[in-house]
Amino acid sequence: MSLERFMSEAISPWMKREGPDSDIVLSSRIRLARNLENHVFPMVANEQQAEEVNQQIRQHYADESYGSVGRLTYFDVDQLKPIEKRVLVEKHLISPNLAEDPKKSGVLMSEDESISIMINEEDHIRIQCLFPGFQLSEALTLASGIDDWFEEKVNYAFDEKHGYLTSCPTNVGTGMRASVMMHLPALVMTQKMHRIVPAINQLGLVVRGIYGEGSEAQGNVFQVSNQMTLGKSEQDIVEDLRGVVLQLIEEERSARKNLFETSKIQLEDRVHRSLGILSNSRIIQSKEATKCLSDVRLGIDLKIIEGISRKILNELMILTQPGFLQQYAGKPLSPDERDIRRATLIRERMKLEKNNE
Amino acid sequence: MYCQECQQRPATLHFTKIINGEKNEFHICEQCAKEKGDFIPGSNSFSIHNLLSGLLNFEQPLSDPGTAARSKQVTQCSQCGMTYPEFAKIGRFGCMNCYKTFASKLDPIFKRIHGGNTDHSGKIPKRLGNDLLERKKINQLREKLQQLIAQEEFEEAAEVRDRIRSMQQRLEGRD
Repeated sequence: MSLERFMSEAISPWMKREGPDSDIVLSSRIRLARNLENHVFPMVANEQQAEEVNQQIRQHYADESYGSVGRLTYFDVDQLKPIEKRVLVEKHLISPNLAEDPKKSGVLMSEDESISIMINEEDHIRIQCLFPGFQLSEALTLASGIDDWFEEKVNYAFDEKHGYLTSCPTNVGTGMRASVMMHLPALVMTQKMHRIVPAINQLGLVVRGIYGEGSEAQGNVFQVSNQMTLGKSEQDIVEDLRGVVLQLIEEERSARKNLFETSKIQLEDRVHRSLGILSNSRIIQSKEATKCLSDVRLGIDLKIIEGISRKILNELMILTQPGFLQQYAGKPLSPDERDIRRATLIRERMKLEKNNE
Repeated sequence: MYCQECQQRPATLHFTKIINGEKNEFHICEQCAKEKGDFIPGSNSFSIHNLLSGLLNFEQPLSDPGTAARSKQVTQCSQCGMTYPEFAKIGRFGCMNCYKTFASKLDPIFKRIHGGNTDHSGKIPKRLGNDLLERKKINQLREKLQQLIAQEEFEEAAEVRDRIRSMQQRLEGRD
């Protein structure tokens, strides 16, 4: 398959739109955890109990349309091939948990993949809405609308005191996790992140690497999200997070400006070296690739490099992960083979950009 | 100082965990620390659920260990069969009924996780929300009914009684 065609199929349509503040904020996400009344939670459910929940949701919502979102298509996670599951994880459409242990679980997905609804993950229902750039309130409005739509046909496990009852005590109440993915290279370079992360934690928010819990910040991409789900309304949680993100955007912009003014030549050197590695290497490990991609992206934002679209880096961060590499190759690859394929794919992609100029 | 886990041996490990900005001091003996791996400082590899589990287990030694040992009764959820020790171990509820079963132990846990909060103040499901409001109204009418009976205003009391009845029927019809 040609790279162009593979990409047009691999990149979620929602990612191709550019959102507000997209020089720093890659995407905004709202996730709502919901459970059905009087059904045991997926973790303790036996096959039959899990299937009942799955069926009930599927029967009401598979192939149904919701407003401008359109039709939701259902996929049985048990039926997917390992590579397909991996690809869905790399696109953030299902969680690694769901891919590993798909007991009677499924996912409902919108055409543009901005909405994915996991069935029988840790909770019966997990509604997820993804938006490009900084659009938290927009994501909340959409997620909440879908939530209302679901509630028309199913009874939720809800309690006046504790709100939405979830499997994990860390989600109870609103059941909402709001998160923003940010590219913060200048704050890392100037070593300001070390000071900022604990300060953000003090505010009841968490900062982590892009693959969630326990993962390292790859390519200077961080996820900032709310920790608390009880005692505050959804709007207040989103407002608090918004405030912190706006501040981070400001800090990152001023750190970039500062770096550019004080160490222009060092910065140019770093950016161009990374560009050189991406355009010329024959073997590249994922860690090095994401580091270089981060540098080049910064270079584009600071206009050190021209003629490369910012989007190619969003694409490559996704495309160079193991699942996608293997899908593109059409076969399973060993880690060494992946490093070679990764280098090839990045080179091809860079060339494509040059030809389109 | 005695170990806060076993209350028998002297505490030799002293450290502080900061959870959600809340400082928690731990004083435990080496043996208890070994038994509970998550107390060993420096082992930062644990996930939020290990952390949570540590937090939930922490509940038990707070009560008098003597009485806990004597009364071997374990709280168990009647719907899904989850026991409190199991819940503490995996850090997840088995069903919505667990919230009722473990109710007496939950508020301190929620406080720790959610920055001191124990009560939901966000969205209410629309359908259920209407029911909640209606139930509240019925309760108010019931109080009024009692008052009217006490005042021997039987005619008005009969009217209120009929209103309660029709509201209740509507609610049940919806269920």
